[in-house]
Amino acid sequence: MTILDIPELALVALVGVSGAGKSTFARRHFRPSQVLSSDAFRGMVADDENDQSASGDAFDALHHVAGIRLRRGRLTVVDATNLQPHARAGLVAVAREHDVLPVAIVLDVPEALAWERTEGRADRTHGRQVLARMQRDLRQSYGRLAREGFRKVHVLRGVDEIEAAEIRYEKLFNDRRELTGPFDIVGDVHGCREELEALLVRLGYALRRDDAGRPVDAAHPAGRTAVFVGDLVDRGPDSPGVLRLVMGMVAAGHAICVPGNHEQKLLRKLRGRDVRLTHGLAETMAQLAAEPEGFVAQTAAFIDGLVSHYVLDGGRLVVAHAGLKEAYHGRASGRVRSFALYGETTGETDEYGLPVRYPWARDYRGSAMVVYGHTPTPAPEWVNNTICVDTGCVFGGQLTALRYPEKELVAVPAVREWYAPARPLVPAAPARPDTVLDLADVTGRRHLSHPYGTLTVPAENAAAALEVMSRYAVDPGRLVWLPPTMSPCSTSTLDGFLEHPAQAFADYRSAGVERVVCEEKHMGSRAVVLVEREPGRFAGGAVHTRTGRPFFGPPLDDELLARVRAAVDAAGLWAELETDWLLLDCELLPWSAKAGGLIREQYAGVGAAGRAALPAVLAALDAAATRGLPVAELRGRMADRAAEVTAYSAAYRGYVGPTDGLRGVTLAPFAVLAGAGASFADRDHGWHLALADRLCAADPEFFTPTRRQVVELADDAAVAAATDWWLALTAAGGEGMVVKPYAGLAARSPKGSLLQPGIKCRGREYLRIIYGPGYTEPGQLAALRTRSLGRKRGLALREHGLGLAALDALAADAPLWRRHELIFAILACESEPVDPRL
Amino acid sequence: MLLTLTTTHRPASDLGHLLVKHPDRVQSFDLPAGTAHVLYPEADEARCTAALLVEVDPLKLAGGRGRRQATTPDAFTLGRYVNDRAYAASSLLSSALAKVFRSALRGESRDRPELAATAIPLTVRVPVLRCRGGAELAGRVFAPLGWAVTATAIPLDEAYPEWGDSRYVDLTLTGTLRVADALNHLYVLLPVLDDAKHYWVAPDEVDKLLRAGAGWLADHPERALITRRYLAHRRALAGEALARLAELRLADEPAADDSVESEQPDRAPQASLAVRRREAVLAALRDCGASRVLDLGCGGGALLTALVAERRFTEIVGTDVSSQALTVAARRLRLDRLPERQRDRIRLWQSALTYRDDRLRGYDAAVLMEVVEHLDPPRLPALEDAVFGHARPATVVVTTPNVEYNVRYEGLGAGRFRHADHRFEWTRAEFAAWVRRVAAAHGYTATVGGIGDEDPELGAPTQLAVLTRKEEA
Repeated sequence: MTILDIPELALVALVGVSGAGKSTFARRHFRPSQVLSSDAFRGMVADDENDQSASGDAFDALHHVAGIRLRRGRLTVVDATNLQPHARAGLVAVAREHDVLPVAIVLDVPEALAWERTEGRADRTHGRQVLARMQRDLRQSYGRLAREGFRKVHVLRGVDEIEAAEIRYEKLFNDRRELTGPFDIVGDVHGCREELEALLVRLGYALRRDDAGRPVDAAHPAGRTAVFVGDLVDRGPDSPGVLRLVMGMVAAGHAICVPGNHEQKLLRKLRGRDVRLTHGLAETMAQLAAEPEGFVAQTAAFIDGLVSHYVLDGGRLVVAHAGLKEAYHGRASGRVRSFALYGETTGETDEYGLPVRYPWARDYRGSAMVVYGHTPTPAPEWVNNTICVDTGCVFGGQLTALRYPEKELVAVPAVREWYAPARPLVPAAPARPDTVLDLADVTGRRHLSHPYGTLTVPAENAAAALEVMSRYAVDPGRLVWLPPTMSPCSTSTLDGFLEHPAQAFADYRSAGVERVVCEEKHMGSRAVVLVEREPGRFAGGAVHTRTGRPFFGPPLDDELLARVRAAVDAAGLWAELETDWLLLDCELLPWSAKAGGLIREQYAGVGAAGRAALPAVLAALDAAATRGLPVAELRGRMADRAAEVTAYSAAYRGYVGPTDGLRGVTLAPFAVLAGAGASFADRDHGWHLALADRLCAADPEFFTPTRRQVVELADDAAVAAATDWWLALTAAGGEGMVVKPYAGLAARSPKGSLLQPGIKCRGREYLRIIYGPGYTEPGQLAALRTRSLGRKRGLALREHGLGLAALDALAADAPLWRRHELIFAILACESEPVDPRL
Repeated sequence: MLLTLTTTHRPASDLGHLLVKHPDRVQSFDLPAGTAHVLYPEADEARCTAALLVEVDPLKLAGGRGRRQATTPDAFTLGRYVNDRAYAASSLLSSALAKVFRSALRGESRDRPELAATAIPLTVRVPVLRCRGGAELAGRVFAPLGWAVTATAIPLDEAYPEWGDSRYVDLTLTGTLRVADALNHLYVLLPVLDDAKHYWVAPDEVDKLLRAGAGWLADHPERALITRRYLAHRRALAGEALARLAELRLADEPAADDSVESEQPDRAPQASLAVRRREAVLAALRDCGASRVLDLGCGGGALLTALVAERRFTEIVGTDVSSQALTVAARRLRLDRLPERQRDRIRLWQSALTYRDDRLRGYDAAVLMEVVEHLDPPRLPALEDAVFGHARPATVVVTTPNVEYNVRYEGLGAGRFRHADHRFEWTRAEFAAWVRRVAAAHGYTATVGGIGDEDPELGAPTQLAVLTRKEEA
C-alpha cells in the first residue's frame, strides 16, 4: 500500500495520459464536490465534454472556481491530463495566489493499457499517435514537477500501485486549532530575562530552575499555556537566558512560540551567513559566546523548528510576530511567512530611516483575534479585533501579556532602559489629525472589540447610521456618548397588567442583584447634556437627543447649557470632581416641549376621533335597544371602548405642558456619566442622585428632582413598599419607573457578566399610548403577553457595553476616530429592527 | 366607526328591503380586520335609519410579524398600534359597505326593484371622517353629486382649544338620490377623503373604481383628485384610470387638466433655475477639461444624467449619504439597462462628506451642487478637509443659494430658507469669504460668480464658485 501525504488544504493536480484512470482515482479518493474535471468544465461551457475548441474557456472557468474554493479554504483536486508545463503553471499560479501548497499526483500506466481503455470509449476523439505524444509529455514532466513549484510530487506506477494507494491528510504546521488555551500571550522580550521571570510569576507561573539557579521552565498550576510572539533575543541583557527559559517551556509543553524577525536573523548568523551585527544582534552574539557550544546548536535547531504563525482555539485566535491579515490565516507560502515575520511595509522610510509599516490592522475585518508584537507601542490598543502586545520592554517600557480568552492585559515595568530606541515609541495606529474621521472607520461590515464585549455591525446598519450621523447628529467631537436602548421588565401575568414591578425585581433577583434603585420615569424626552465650564475642547458643550440630534437647535440649546453651567458652578461641582466639563444623563420635561407635534398630530388625533365616534355609536345602540333589539352585549363592548379612549386621552394629556422657549422646560438629571479623565460608571446611583439633587437645590426652578426608592430585594416589606409606590405613581398619571442595579452603570452580576443598566416598568395607563387605547382588553392583553424581549435585551446590552467603552475612551483621551467608532456603532445598533413598543 | 343611512320616503322601513337587511334584526358579518354590524336605531313608517357599525379588532389590524404593513396614514412607528382606524371612517368602512350591502350597491332589489331605481330622500351621517383637505374638500367632492353637505370640523382636543381643529369632520349628506348611487359615492369617496388604504392597491383597483364610479365619476370636476387618491397616488394606475375616464366622458374637454400632477404646488421659477444651474456646472467642468468627475451629494442623479450625456466625461462618480437617493439615481440613469460601455463610466457610492474617503482621491473635478447648505455649520470644516484636504481634485465646483435673493420669491416667508433641510443660506459676502478661506487653506485659487438672472442689488439667485488646485511643488 502506498500512502500519499497531502496537506488538508492543497491544490491537487492529477497528472496522467488519457486512459490513465484519473477520474476513477478521483472518484475513489475525493468527494465529487472537491474534483474539478476539465471534461466537466468543457461540458459546462460548451455542452460537449470533448469540444477541444472550448478548452481555453473551460480552463478559465476551472481556474476561477478553483481560486474561489481555495480562498474559502477548501481542498481542490484538478482532474485534467496536466501533461504540459503551461497547463500546470496555471494551477501553480492559482495555488500561490491563495497561499496554498500545490501537490501533483502522477498516474503512470502502460501505454497499451491506456489505449485499450481509450479505445473502449464511445466518445473517443483521438488516435493512438496522440496518446503516444501524451506519453512523451509525461516522461518529460517527471523531472520538472518539483521545479515548477509542486511542493509534493507523488508518482504511482502501474495499475497495482494506483489501486493500492491511500490518501493521508496532514495538518499544516500552523494549524493548532485543537489548542484551546487558556493562553498568556507575551510580547517581545528582547533578552529581558529578569522582566520575563517577573511577568511569568505575576501571571501565576511557577519557575523551575537548574542547578545554577537559571530558570529553565515555568508551568501554570491551572494548566495555562504561554504563547511567545517572537523577538525573544537581541538588544537586551540576557538573550541566552530568555532562550533557555522559553526553549524549556516549549519542550515541556508549557509554551508555544512563533519566531520574530530577530530570531530569523540570528539563525542566519548562526548558520554562518554574512549578517550585519546591527539592531542588537552584536549583544546576543557576545552573550552566546559565553554559552557552551551545545547551547548554540540547540538554539539554532529551536529557531529552525519554529512555525511562522499559529491558528489556535478553533480558529478564534491567530498569533504571529508582526500580525497577519485575514487572507493569510492558516495558509502557507513564502509571502505569508514574510508577512508574519516582518509585516507589510509601504516601501517608504520614516524620518528615523526605519521602514514605514502598512497599517494592516486598520483594514482588518476578520473574526479571529490577532495578537502580535513587532512594533513597540506605549500601550496596547485594540484595533479591529487585533492587538499589539509589544510595549517596548527593552526600551524601558513594559513587558506585557494578554490573557486569553479573558482579554486582560498584565504588564511588568522594565527594570531600566536596556537599549535606546531608534525612534520614540508611538501608538501603533497611524497618527491622524484628531478632528478628522475616515469613512473606513465606520462603514462596511465591522467587527468591534472593546473591553465590555465584541459585536459585529452589519454593513446595512452602518449605512443607515451614516446618514443619521452625518446629516442630523451633533458633530462627532461633541458626541461623546449615546444612551443605550432600554428593555422593559419581563411580561407580567398579573391580571390587567402587561408590566409590573414584581417582574422587574424578579429579573434582577435572578441576575444575582441584591440592591436596586427604583427611579421615577420622567414624562419627558431623553437629553444628554455635555457641559463645559468655558468653551474649550467641546466648544462649550452640547445637548442632544438619544439619537445624537441637537435637542432644540442653536439658540435654545445654548441657553439651556448656560443654565446647567450656572447650576454646576453654584453646586461647586467643577472643583469637587476636578473637571472642567461634565456629561449628564437627563430627561427634559415636558415631553411636549420636544414632541409637541407628535402629540398633537398622532396622539391627540386618535383621541379626538375616538371621543367623537364612540358617543355616536352608543347613541345609535341605545336607540336600537329602545326598539327592543338585542344589542346589550355590543353596547357593553362599545362602552368599554369609550372608557378606554377617555383613559387614553388622559394618558397623553399628562405629557403636555405649556412651554415658551425655555419657560416651562425643566431638566431632570439622574446620572453624572463622566468628567475630565474619569468615567463615573463605577459610582453607585446614590452618588449620581445625590449630585443631581444638588443641581436641583442650586436651581430648583429649572431642575426637577428624580423621585426614587432604594430596595433590598431580599426585604419583602421594601419590595412591597416600592410596588405600592409604583402603583400610586402610575395611578396619578406617571409613566412608571426604571429599576437599576444600585451599584451603578457598570454593575456586573456575581458571575461577572454585565447587567442591564436599567429595566423599565411602565404604568398601566401610560402603555395605552404605546400599545393602543384598548390594549387592556383581556383578549388583546393575552396576545400581547407573548411579546418576546430577547432581541431588545441583547440590543440594550450591546449598546450599553459600547457606551461604557466610549466613556472609558473619553476618560483615557482616546483619539476621536476610536471614540467615534463606538458611538457610531451604538447608532448602527439602533437600525436593528425591534418592536417599537418595547 | 359608524355610518348611518336615513330615509323619510314612505314607508320608510322599505329601506330594509333595499339593503336586504331586516330592520328588526341585528346582523353581524366577519371582516378581515374585525366585525361589521348592521342594525336599525329607528324604523317606522315615517323614518328609518340603518346603521353600519364596524368593530375593528386591533390585533387583526396590526397584523402579524413580518406581514406587509397596512397603510396607516402616517409614517409614525407606533401608528400600527395607536391609530384612529377603529374610530374614523376609512377604506375599512368602504370594504364593509361593499361586503354587507353588495346587492344594494349594484342597485338590485328582489323585493322592491322599482324603489331601488327611484331617487328617494336620504340622509347619510358619518360622525367621524378623516378628511385630508378639510371640510371644504368634503363639500367639493360630494356637492357635485347632488348632496347638500354639512361637514363640521371636530376639535383636536377640547382640553386644549388653542390646538384648533383635528383632521376629522362630522359629515352629514342630505339629498334625493337612489340608494345605490348614495352607497357608491360613499364607497369611493370615504377612502378618497381619508387618503389612505388599509390594503395594497393592485391594478384591479382601477376596474373597481370605474365600476363604482359608473355614471358619475367621468364628469366629476374633481375626478383627477379622486382617481389619484383612490389609487393611492400610484401614478401609472391613476394615469390609466384617467385615460379610461376620458374615453367615457361625454363632454369633449381638452385633456390637459387630466394630467396626474403632483399635489405639491410647483415652484416654477426654481425649475428653470435648476436647469440653468446644471448648465453652468457643466460649462465649468468643460472649461477645466475634466474627464473624471465626482458629483458629491448627487441625490437622485439630476446632474449625473447630464454628465452621462457628454462623452468627454469618461468616469462619473455620484456619491450620496442616502442609500435611498442612490437607488433613485440608479433607476433614473437606467443603470441596469445601459450598454456596458456606458455603464462602466458610472459609479454610485454611498459616502458622507464629513468623513475622508480614500475612494474619492485622484479625480479631475468634483461638484458640490446645492450641497454645502445641507450641512450644519459646525460640520463644514470636516467637509473642507474631506474634499479639499483629502480627495483634492484639481477643480471643485460649488453652488449654493444666494440668501439675499430670497426676498424675490413670493410665498417664501421672511427669514425662511428655500428648502426645509437647508441649515443655512449664505449672502454673497459670506460665500465669497468661505471660498477665499478654503482656497487659501488648501492651496486652491478661486473665482466666484452667479447663476440665473442677476438682480442689480441682490445678485443672482444661485452662487457659483470654481476652485482650482495650485500646482504642487
